[in-house]
Formats: sequence, structure tokens, C-alpha cells
Amino acid sequence: MAKMTAGPLVGTLAPDFTLHTTPDQSVSLSEFRGRPVILAFYPADWSPVCGDQMALYNEMLDEFGRYDAELLGISVDGVWSHLAFSQDRHLRFPLLADFEPKGDVARRYSVYRANDGTSERALFVLDGEGIVRWSYISPVGINPGGDGILRALESLAPGPREAGHDREAGHAE
Amino acid sequence: MQSNEDATTLTPPVSERDHAQGPADAPLTLVEYGDYECPYCGRAYPIVKYAQEQLGEKLRFVFRNFPLRELHPHAQHAAEAAEAADAQGRFWEMHDYIFEHQRRLSDRHLIDYASQLGLDVERFDRELTSHTHAPRVRADFSSGVRSGVNGTPTFFINGIRHDGSWDAEALMDALRMAASAGTRK
Repeated sequence: MAKMTAGPLVGTLAPDFTLHTTPDQSVSLSEFRGRPVILAFYPADWSPVCGDQMALYNEMLDEFGRYDAELLGISVDGVWSHLAFSQDRHLRFPLLADFEPKGDVARRYSVYRANDGTSERALFVLDGEGIVRWSYISPVGINPGGDGILRALESLAPGPREAGHDREAGHAE
Repeated sequence: MQSNEDATTLTPPVSERDHAQGPADAPLTLVEYGDYECPYCGRAYPIVKYAQEQLGEKLRFVFRNFPLRELHPHAQHAAEAAEAADAQGRFWEMHDYIFEHQRRLSDRHLIDYASQLGLDVERFDRELTSHTHAPRVRADFSSGVRSGVNGTPTFFINGIRHDGSWDAEALMDALRMAASAGTRK
């Protein structure tokens, strides 16, 4: 059950970071200022179930797109693992490697599990100013789904884009 | 914004638009969000049948589509095929047939299944090709996301997400518990 208490960092400016997404590309959080950002920390690539958390979010990109939100997956895996995982699951959003120093970003978001050497399964929704508006730490074995993210995005003004003239280009299909 | 009590509650509730087996006033309603190409859903298929056999008229079973399109290239079309069969009043026959032939879900196979079920194949083919039922499948998917579906299969028992195991024994236990909780009300 996703019983929710206030998660980490709510109401504060999300710590900025720059992480590799591929061997020769990196991404900084600050690049997305002006748009909502979803940070999805997860323990590891290659979880042995289909319909896992990242696969679910991959299918939800259209729904996130209605809020002009950017989704970033983050784990302590290295870029080569991310690349293979991403290709295998046909992921259409970036996976960030919190690899060196290991778990540094997870620590700054208070979601590092030192005993396991991985991050928590944690979600952060940032508004266009980079302020954390919602966060949630899921029990590590439980996929939190995407409903909490959608509710958080909904609560950010001005709400979802209506179908019509300002509809995002690039809807797959 | 922290209140999230409805996080794992079925939204919208079961209604006439749903595909349902069993009486509408059954004390137990089991909803599955499923993907026809997902092997776990394939494994759940006989388990649901078993629960239906065991519980008879006490159970209503509802199936909603949750195709993971990037993982399972045929899942979306298979879901549309079942909806196309529904348009001819034969949803459950196609639903069962697909789960019993999960590894062969190309369009050619789907059309063959329609023919074996005695459907109007021309109409079936036309609706499949023009994606007549895609909006219905997407609507199911969106409702699943809203309801906290986090993978396939995800079950809801009387509107509450079932987070435990869904092997036959565990699912039956959960259903029996929900039944006794219902009668205590």
C-alpha cells in the first residue's frame, strides 16, 4: 500500500547534478528548468520481472508528456549497463549513472541505502523552478506504480495540456 | 498533496463498460489488469479459472487491458483483437483463446483465431487494421495507471489492489478473506 507521509526534500530546491547517460553524453538537472521533472531512483538495472518499474514508466511517457514533464531514471549502475538495459527494454527516456562517486546523487537526495550499495526506490517530482513538490520512498521490493507521479504533476499549475493547438509534437505512433 | 489514500483503489470502479464474468451482485469482484503477451499473465490465466470454479456465483471476474507495448510487440494488437471479438459479442472466447495460444500472436494468427471462433473475419480484420478499438485499450491502460497498476498482472479484489502473491493458494486466501470482511460489514 502506498501510504504516504512527506518524503524527503519536499518544499526545497532539488540539488543539482550532472550525470552520464551514455559513455559520451551527460545530463544536468538544471537543463530542465521551466518544466516539471520526475526523478525515479531505482535500485538496479535488470530486475527480473516484466512490467517492472522502468518498463511501466516507459509506457506512461505519453501521459507524462501531457504535463510537459521530463522523466529521468537514476541508479548506481554504470553507463554500459544502462545502455544494454535501455536497449533491451526499448526505453525512450534517459537512465542516469550515479556511478562515480557511487551513489553521490542518491546520498544528496537522502535515498542511498549504504548496506545494499544501491539507492532506494524513490520518486521526486520537481516543478519548473526545480522545487521538490512531491517525493516518495517505496518499500524497495515494491514497484510504486505511476499514480502518485500523475497526481503530483496534476497538482502543479497549470495542469495538463488539452488536445489541440499546443499539443506536444513527437507523440510516438 | 501527501494524502494518497486512494492510491491503490480501482478507478473507475467496475461498471457496465467492463468485460465481466459472473453476477454483477456477486460479493467478490476480482479485476485483472493484464497483457496478453505477458508470460506472468499467461501463468495467472488458469489460476483465475480455478478461482472461478471454486467460488462459482460468489465471484465476478473482470479483465482490463494493460498492454506493455515496448516489451511485448504483439500485446496491443492482441488486446484490440479481443475488443474486436467483443464487438461481435465474443470477448471471453477470444480472451481465452489468446491466453491459450500466447506465443503466436501475430496479426495472421489473430485473424486465424477469429476464424476458428466463427467470427465475421472480414469485419474483425477491418477493425484490427484500422485500430477501431485502440482507444478502448488506451482507456483501460490509463485507468490502470490511475489505479496504481504497477506491472502485469495486477489484481484488485473488491476495488483494492492485491499486493501479495497470486499463486492459486494465495489468491484464494485473499479472496476468502475479502469475502469474510464483506460479510462482517
